[in-house]
Amino acid sequence: MNPQLLLAIPLAPLIAAVIAGLFGRYIGRVATHSITIAGVALACGLSLYMTWLSYWGHVPSFNGPVYTWLVSDGVHMQVGFLIDRLTTLMMSVVTFVSLCVHVYTIGYMRDDPGYTRFFSYISLFTFGMLMLVMANNFMQLFFGWEAVGVVSYLLIGFWYTRPSAIFANLKAFLVNRVGDLGFIIGIAALFSYTHSLSYQAAFAAAPHLAHQTLPVFGGVNALTLICICLFIGAMGKSAQVPLHVWLPDSMEGPTPISALIHAATMVTAGVYMVARMSPLFEYSSTALSFVLVIGATNALFMGILGVINNDIKRVIAYSTLSQLGYMVAALGASAYAAGIFHLMTHACFKALLFLAAGSVIIAMHHEQDMRKMGGLGKYMPITAATCWIGGLSLVAFPFFSGYYSKDAIIEAVGLSHRWGSTYAYWCLLLGAYVTSLYTFRLLFMTFHGEERFRNVHAEHDAHGGHGAHEPRENSLVVTLPLIALAIPSVILGYFTVGKVLYGNYFGRAIMVLPQHNVLARMARDFHGPFELGLRGFLSVPFALVVAGLVTAWLFVLKRPQWADAAAVKFAWLKRILDQKYYFDWFNERLLAPLARGVGFGLWKVGDQGLIDGALVNGTAKSVGGIGGVVRRVQSGYLYSYAFWIVIGLAALLGWFMLRA
Amino acid sequence: MITLGDILTLSAILFALAVAGIFLNRKNVILLLMCVELLLLAANFNFIAFSRMLGNLTGQVFVFFVLTVAAAESAIGLAILVVLFRERRSINVEDMNTLKG
Amino acid sequence: MLALILFYIFATFLVAGAFGVITARNPVYSALFLVFSFINSAAIWLLIEAEFLAIVLVLVYVGAVMVLFLFVVMMLDINLAELRSGFTRFAWLGWLTALAVIAEIIGVVWRHGLGAIDVNTDFASEPANYSNTLQLGKVLYTRYAYPFELAAVLLVVALVAAIALTLRHRPGLKSQDASRQVAVRARDRLRIVKTPAEKRP
Repeated sequence: MNPQLLLAIPLAPLIAAVIAGLFGRYIGRVATHSITIAGVALACGLSLYMTWLSYWGHVPSFNGPVYTWLVSDGVHMQVGFLIDRLTTLMMSVVTFVSLCVHVYTIGYMRDDPGYTRFFSYISLFTFGMLMLVMANNFMQLFFGWEAVGVVSYLLIGFWYTRPSAIFANLKAFLVNRVGDLGFIIGIAALFSYTHSLSYQAAFAAAPHLAHQTLPVFGGVNALTLICICLFIGAMGKSAQVPLHVWLPDSMEGPTPISALIHAATMVTAGVYMVARMSPLFEYSSTALSFVLVIGATNALFMGILGVINNDIKRVIAYSTLSQLGYMVAALGASAYAAGIFHLMTHACFKALLFLAAGSVIIAMHHEQDMRKMGGLGKYMPITAATCWIGGLSLVAFPFFSGYYSKDAIIEAVGLSHRWGSTYAYWCLLLGAYVTSLYTFRLLFMTFHGEERFRNVHAEHDAHGGHGAHEPRENSLVVTLPLIALAIPSVILGYFTVGKVLYGNYFGRAIMVLPQHNVLARMARDFHGPFELGLRGFLSVPFALVVAGLVTAWLFVLKRPQWADAAAVKFAWLKRILDQKYYFDWFNERLLAPLARGVGFGLWKVGDQGLIDGALVNGTAKSVGGIGGVVRRVQSGYLYSYAFWIVIGLAALLGWFMLRA
Repeated sequence: MITLGDILTLSAILFALAVAGIFLNRKNVILLLMCVELLLLAANFNFIAFSRMLGNLTGQVFVFFVLTVAAAESAIGLAILVVLFRERRSINVEDMNTLKG
Repeated sequence: MLALILFYIFATFLVAGAFGVITARNPVYSALFLVFSFINSAAIWLLIEAEFLAIVLVLVYVGAVMVLFLFVVMMLDINLAELRSGFTRFAWLGWLTALAVIAEIIGVVWRHGLGAIDVNTDFASEPANYSNTLQLGKVLYTRYAYPFELAAVLLVVALVAAIALTLRHRPGLKSQDASRQVAVRARDRLRIVKTPAEKRP
């Protein structure tokens, strides 16, 4: 592959972002979105072309530097690309979803004064994400990692006049700092062993590192510590328990962002990173068990929170948390390919769900509470249909994309013999029921049943005076991305499952030790996607999905009063869920005061007392004191200076003599 | 014959006397200037002795420059002295303490 | 041998002269002692065959600089009693420093040695047709031409500075200004006025 061509992929969105950001005000809205869409479309086209080449052809993977930033002590800090099947797949996902979101934004942000700024940000995000994905060394990985973090911060706080948005973006930033601390410690630990930043050196050293012990905490396996530190970074970025708290709040940002960054791409960076680091993780069963348990916990317990939420975007956000948990659990079971496969399908259907939710929100004039919706399916057929497709894919209905990926994860975890896999299996299995429950609840509450928006409008529509107007389907720029994403949500899994999941598609990009290779065992039972889909109707997860569907139907459409009754009866459970398992409470009431206390102590004692008092002012005071004494020497008489010169000369001579 | 050590010893004595002179005549600027001339003379002795010893004329050229600078220095020093005397009617160094910080 | 005897004689005179410079009660005597020291130095320089510098020392120092010193000393009305007061106050420090310096230098020269150079070597005589002045001139005007020019500039600057420092503009002093005299025009000096005719009374 041509390095210049590869360089064009991240640079096209970057250039577009710079133009849109600096000159967007002068060149106008149409020019801005044309330029950014052109940039991303170019990147998308090239990415798809690369994927095409690597999918069919036998194009060798590319691994090499394109620009050396600096060389110091034998360490090369450079921009380099590692392009193999894993990378091309991620690039395609990122740029494709980004392209859809760019187009969709034209409609969604039509009335927003920050239109050009928004386009600049999302193009910049695409650049950062591509740098992250295409990196062949840890420095570039970290650069991309932080770049997408910054853009995420900017975009969550896009409506910076809202206090809640500012709070949310600060929260996201701070929580990600915790994760990034782990990440950078992991990179530093790896660097201290290999003395190189490149992936290659790290992977080559992995088997050796697995037998080394670090002299911290009374002796830890070096590789385990490195992997767990790296995974802590992934936990921050991919919102895993307990660093997940920022993701639901990030829904303060505009919906296209929620689709692009907080569902399809950025939050999956952690999953991608772990898959990319599979040659490291594979040698540390402890770290993988940790990954597995965290992911499974996330998959079940975050999904449950989605069931009781009424904000349409937050429900999907919790669903994202849950699905990220599935991906991470797959990684933990050494089924990296399944994790990446689910990442790909999830990117399509979750972006679809978010964009559909956005479409609903536009139609409802920025009302996000599902209790004020209902029966919208009649008025917004395209949105409803695509949303249903996304929902079915999400619950893993057979033959939909999500089915092939999610079912494979559950099965892989079930087959794994790793410590914690039993717990993880049950979590994931129950997660299937929960997923189905909140998904159908969302679909029913939004698109079916009583048209509750009429009551709401009757109450407080005095401001606009447009009466009980009916929601309308949105224009083509909104629906076209929905359709574009709905198609892969249905067929992508069917056509790629054989090759990507079971066909050892990733080759050497992902390394799995033979004794851990659950996917290979599953591949023996694989007889084509159609047969697999049929088998899905008989599986346990499908039964749970149906059970979830029935439950949702009963509680939402048939007997809504049951839901209220259950809420009263299980008040204690509802309180725990309303408080989101008290994570925020813990952070705000215990962790933050503790950190503030430590900071205050350091400020008072360390900074003011020691540094300011003893060092800075102390230096000044001692200089003043010594000066006060020495000043007496400065008599102002010429001869005294002459004396000192001569005495000094004699003393210097004497010193030279004694030294010699 | 005269040895290098003889000349160096002589210049050391000359130098030390000049140093002592600075201490003794600490009030009289004219004598301070004369002591500086003596110091330079002692340095010149060393230059010439080493120049001859090493067969390198650079030392003597340097003495030439030292003489030039010393002449310029004493001319300006005496000029300052004259101006000072005109201002204060005195050349007592103890009257010159405006350098005090 | 004769040279060594002469050297000791001149060296004794030189040290005595220097001692006189620093202890004489009258600055005029000090200046004269300094002249004596310079003459003896020049003699020693002649003994070690640095003829040109010896002559220059006599011409420049004895002939010019010391005359300047004497001139200034005699011109200024110096209160000697005041200057001599407190003569012995720091004398002990002066002698102590002087002894320390002598001890150090002699210690270095005689005890420690000067590395590759043996301090006991004699000054070898140059051949009879050797001209110190010629050799010095060759170096000075070729290799050290620019420093030489700089030294000349330095002397000019010192000259100008000394004059600028001591030049006095006394008020009411009448002096010629040649440029103004040259630049003058007839109409600056001569004014033609027309007076109306008056009747004879």
